[in-house]
Amino acid sequence: MSAIEFEAIAPRRVAPPQPRTAARPRPRAWRVLILVSMAVFYVLPLVCAVKFSLINQKGTYGPQNYTAIVNNGALSDALILSLEIAAITAAVAVLLVFPTTVLVRLKLPKLTVVMEAVTILPIVVPPIVIAAGLLQMKETAPLWVVNTFFNHPLTILTPLYVVLAMPLMYRAIDTGLRAIDLHTLVDASRSLGAGWPTTLWRVVLPNVQTAVLGGMFLTIALCLGEVVIANQLDQSNLTFPLEMIQFASQDNAPGISVAMALVALLFTFLLLFMLSFLARRRGGRTARVV
Amino acid sequence: MSAATSPAAPRRRGARRIPLTWLGMLPFLLYMLVFLGAPLYVVVHGALTANGHFTLSNFSAILTQAQYLIPLKNSVILSLWTSLGPAILGLALAAAVVAGPRDGVLRRVVSSASGVFAYFAGAPLAFVWFASLGTLGVITVFFKTTLGYDLAKHFDISSQLGVGICYFYFQIPLMVIFMTPALEGLKPEWEEAARNLGATRRSYIRHVAAPVLAPSFIAAWLILFGSAFSAFATMLALDGCTQVVVPCKIYFEMSNNVLTNSIPFGLALGTEMIAVVGIVMIFYWWVQRRAGRWLR
Repeated sequence: MSAIEFEAIAPRRVAPPQPRTAARPRPRAWRVLILVSMAVFYVLPLVCAVKFSLINQKGTYGPQNYTAIVNNGALSDALILSLEIAAITAAVAVLLVFPTTVLVRLKLPKLTVVMEAVTILPIVVPPIVIAAGLLQMKETAPLWVVNTFFNHPLTILTPLYVVLAMPLMYRAIDTGLRAIDLHTLVDASRSLGAGWPTTLWRVVLPNVQTAVLGGMFLTIALCLGEVVIANQLDQSNLTFPLEMIQFASQDNAPGISVAMALVALLFTFLLLFMLSFLARRRGGRTARVV
Repeated sequence: MSAATSPAAPRRRGARRIPLTWLGMLPFLLYMLVFLGAPLYVVVHGALTANGHFTLSNFSAILTQAQYLIPLKNSVILSLWTSLGPAILGLALAAAVVAGPRDGVLRRVVSSASGVFAYFAGAPLAFVWFASLGTLGVITVFFKTTLGYDLAKHFDISSQLGVGICYFYFQIPLMVIFMTPALEGLKPEWEEAARNLGATRRSYIRHVAAPVLAPSFIAAWLILFGSAFSAFATMLALDGCTQVVVPCKIYFEMSNNVLTNSIPFGLALGTEMIAVVGIVMIFYWWVQRRAGRWLR
């Protein structure tokens, strides 16, 4: 209830309709040229990949490469494992970043620089370096650390993926919070007697819903595509993208790899495409995060 | 109970509250310290250690021996052309999209697709190109059977050119993501004002749009450079690592510890990568500050 009411109270920024097209009398040739060539560059390989993935092991056309994702035990396990990692990573990243960013925006604006610096670090440190560090830690860390974290991808990859997700999650949430009148919302909520948890969960969060979802979806994309760090681990439980590589290099079934890649791409595209509609419904301002 | 109810002092709480507010930063900062700080510490510490003692010898090795310098040179070359090319193409694409209607299907498709391609990066995209231009790829097969041209003889998907094309595939969308807000920040009024003062479209672009966009463009290009420099997943997926670049060298140094103890050199190379990307990001930060001046 509170979300809807506060939405009415908070001044929503509605962009005035921009008369952009008025100044553009003719359809521009360069636009058409760029859009068409880019469409070819992006769609052609995808079409090729679809065709490639439909050629099964026997050299005939068929959906076998796709059904393998569900039927092959190792593959479906990998898919479930990766989805688990993705879900937990996205949730933990939001739990860490959202309250902290609200706090910084409200009370500690001076720390914005710190937040930006800390969240840009995972970009500065290349994944291969984190992977190297991980290998080295496995050798040197105390036994209990190795036993607690290194035995399963879920326990070692999830915390690291949260770190990798920080840049996108922070940027998404920060952009979302910039677009709303955070001070007024929080003051109103607090003055009506709501505690901090209620304020965060039922007032602020619904107002930056699109931004948070955007950050979560990109995190999921990241978890479904990351191979560099995962590749350094014990190979008994492979994640989905690692299986993808495995099928091409060792099992000599690149058709399955390509099918897996396409499924992952399509899944993420649908998530983000849905989000863009949601963003428009809610005012469009936060659509920019993706 | 809350100070917020008083309109006179709506935002500031008492000074004694401050320690409590700072406590709120702890979970986030501690988390980053443990899960990013620990691997980082291990890498830098290992790079500075030989036989249990502090030393700079690992660094002098990687900065003098050809086997470590050649990967660095190759990495820089690869990163340069796979960031400049996509930067220009991405700017063009973003401009073409922004010139269209704000809520159009085109804009929505491009922005969603950019998110997918840019953040998916590595492995899945590599397989899309593998299926097109690999030895058994659809385009390669088409060339051979229909046109009688053996593409596989002249082009290898795990060569630098092949890997570079895969990089273009995620670098262009990354550029679109970074440049779209900047292009949207160009106010139509500026163009109208310039036109009213007699400027042609070309001189508007040359004297107004380009200078305003330049810092954003350079900042985005720097991000692209860093992204290309640290990318490794593509090569891993294409079963390459035939490329002599820094990430591959690290990968080999870290894994062949049985014969020679090459791990310290791998860790030193890792530190070198952090330094290179770190410098790039410092430039980025500096340029980004200038970019914000006009585009709000």
